[in-house]
Amino acid sequence: MNNLASQELKIGPYSLKSRLIVGTGKYASLELMQQCHDASGSNCVTVAVRRERLVDKNSGRNILDFIDPKRYILLPNTAGCFNAEEVVRVARLGREMLTDSGYCGADWVKLECLGDTKTLLPEPVGTLEALKVLVKDGFQALVYCSDDVMLCKRLKEAGAAAIMPAGSPIGSGQGVLNPNAIRIILEELKQNDPNYPVIVDAGVGTASDVALAMELGIDGVLLNTAIAGAREPVAMAHAMRLATEAGRLAHVAGRIPRKLYATASSPWEGRVGA
Amino acid sequence: MEITVNGQTIKLDEPITIAQLLQRFGMEPVRVAVEKNRDIVPRKAYAQAAISPGDAIEIVTFVGGG
Repeated sequence: MNNLASQELKIGPYSLKSRLIVGTGKYASLELMQQCHDASGSNCVTVAVRRERLVDKNSGRNILDFIDPKRYILLPNTAGCFNAEEVVRVARLGREMLTDSGYCGADWVKLECLGDTKTLLPEPVGTLEALKVLVKDGFQALVYCSDDVMLCKRLKEAGAAAIMPAGSPIGSGQGVLNPNAIRIILEELKQNDPNYPVIVDAGVGTASDVALAMELGIDGVLLNTAIAGAREPVAMAHAMRLATEAGRLAHVAGRIPRKLYATASSPWEGRVGA
Repeated sequence: MEITVNGQTIKLDEPITIAQLLQRFGMEPVRVAVEKNRDIVPRKAYAQAAISPGDAIEIVTFVGGG
């Protein structure tokens, strides 16, 4: 049972204690973010790279002051990039910021190359192009992409440390729209390589979406808005933790097959009056 | 002399280093990453990195994101 219950996940250079990776965006306050991180049970959080403000710097409060370096590994993203050149530039800035900073996370990046601002869908050509440069540059890249089976295979071949297909569009809360695609991606990427990490990134709306993804055999889930945007974010963070653990356990335990007709749980023999 | 910092034109009375520029803006070196003309300046080089007229400086930090 101990082995079955293991929630540890190895990706690139890091070993995560929880299979849930959470974001740091959209919180009403940094204090609330901190409480949600705690309730989520996660030990890996994503952060974005942006220009520092020259004036009015949020009264000296930096997001890192609310993330304990002993407890969390930082996963810098390249959110807001629309071509390979921007992705590589931002990835290198994130790495530089984490180098000799006291935080873990300089070796890896969440590669995100978007197609447009309306759909925020991943742009596959720029994503692959950026991945090749980052791999050459020594990065462990966790690649956000669409749930296209062949694209995921090409990204793995190009050296991605993990593949992170979107369940549905970023922040949409639609959950995992195409579980069959996820199942085929898992089958293809894990063939002869069962520990290769595949993570659902984006689209989660509520706890059952996480549980469903985990039950499919996904290695982990990355989410932000579903917690930060909930009416009670701390409670939702806790729900996400339970869903991640429940979904993982259910996957490892092995579900029963679906059948069209009923099978009785109580014995037919010895019925009264039969 | 004039330089550009994060897209804004900044006037300087005398030549300064990256370390001095960060100090001027009240920024902690350990919380930022800096590019000079698109090349990353390593944190340990801030004190030696001189800024020349017309240089384009980018100073970034981490913010919340998913």
